Amino acid sequence: MKNMDVSAIKDGSVIDHIDSKSTLKVAEILNIQQEEQVVLVGMNLISKCLGKKGIIKIGGKSIAQKEVNKIALIAPNASVNIIKDYEVVQKFKVKVPDVLEGIVKCFNPNCVSNHYAVHAKQHVINKNPIKLKCHYCERIMNAKDIILI
Amino acid sequence: MANFIQRDIISIRDFDKDGLLYLLDLAKRMEQTDHTGLLKGKVLASLYFEPSTRTRLSFESAMKRLGGMVIGFAESGITSAVKGESLADSVKIIEGYCDIIVLRHYLEGAAQLAADVVDIPVINAGDGANQHPTQTFLDMYTIQKTKGTLEGLKVGFLGDLKYGRTVHSLAYALAYFDAEMYFISPPNLRMPMDCIEELNNRKVKCYENETLLDIAEELDVIYCTRIQGERFADPVEFEKVRGTYRLSKSFIESLGVKEDLKILHPLPRVDEMDETLDGTDFAVYFQQARNGIPVRKALLAAVLGAVE
Ligand SMILES: [Zn+2]
Repeated sequence: MKNMDVSAIKDGSVIDHIDSKSTLKVAEILNIQQEEQVVLVGMNLISKCLGKKGIIKIGGKSIAQKEVNKIALIAPNASVNIIKDYEVVQKFKVKVPDVLEGIVKCFNPNCVSNHYAVHAKQHVINKNPIKLKCHYCERIMNAKDIILI
Repeated sequence: MANFIQRDIISIRDFDKDGLLYLLDLAKRMEQTDHTGLLKGKVLASLYFEPSTRTRLSFESAMKRLGGMVIGFAESGITSAVKGESLADSVKIIEGYCDIIVLRHYLEGAAQLAADVVDIPVINAGDGANQHPTQTFLDMYTIQKTKGTLEGLKVGFLGDLKYGRTVHSLAYALAYFDAEMYFISPPNLRMPMDCIEELNNRKVKCYENETLLDIAEELDVIYCTRIQGERFADPVEFEKVRGTYRLSKSFIESLGVKEDLKILHPLPRVDEMDETLDGTDFAVYFQQARNGIPVRKALLAAVLGAVE
């Protein structure tokens, strides 16, 4: 965690290597406006692999798997760092799961999942670029069609 | 051998080549010999949340010819669905009354939802614009029966290929049989890119055309579908297109088609196939509709485990 453009946090989570343009979307997924502790959002930081990257640091927050799955859809290169006492105690790259449940809304207005109290469900048929197939109506969704629940 | 016992029949994508061939062979046996009493004591629940008289009667006839019984309804208006009961609750309750459910619904994915919540088999009899797998079986059966084979045919799909779900399913099924496919449609009703991509991935030779003129003489089968006026923003455009896709005896003959060309149509038709075509050897669409009986008998018997 050297060469940081924003200050370090004592305990919490850092989402790094976000594709810069997706930073605010990731912030939305993490619902940062509800946080009480320190939140730092950085955009257009220099990155060796991405050119420009975004970074989000949230004090006191431990990230839920569902949030990780959502971030993976929006920022497939992102990595998550869990911080304890200014040290990274855990670090992992986000990973798109094979099946998404209750995460993405089916874009087909005639899909049964948009009419009854059914958990939307998609099978991930390609991870990069992302391609999802609705479990119910079988329509294929690309990145541009993805609306998170 | 393909195992159909207690299987849900939701999408044509659930079938491999062996499964399709097994069903077609079973349908042939159903047509050749009487199987009365095969499903004696079995109850089919025929749930039609959207009207489709022909599909419904064909399923019900198939069940009764095998000695089974039918319960159900033909309009959502008379069910609890109007009182706000969920589809999942409705099918869970009806599950207790029957051995198998045939479901027709106006929403896409409804059959999959039903299959997810009940333990008995569910057959999709059409879910919105998505799937209608038993239509594809009877299309395949008709092609096999009238052409003598399914292998290596040159098949032209004509009409509304964008919204025509029977076209998409039949194309996926024929992809197993080394078919060459010609998609002939007005530009605004072209085969969806997703479908073409899937066929390309499966190494199917696909071509797109706007008219039958240059390719008709190559074709073994023409699968014709209805073009609906409401798909066009401009009625004048629709009138222009309609003429181009109207098949009559004289038009077909003027194209220099093969003598054993067969023309299929999922019906109902409006005016895309002229009545002069009906008496010709090309026209097999009425036979195609009748083939719904052996095909659905085969499916019911296979899923309920009544046959080898
Ligand atoms: Zn869907």
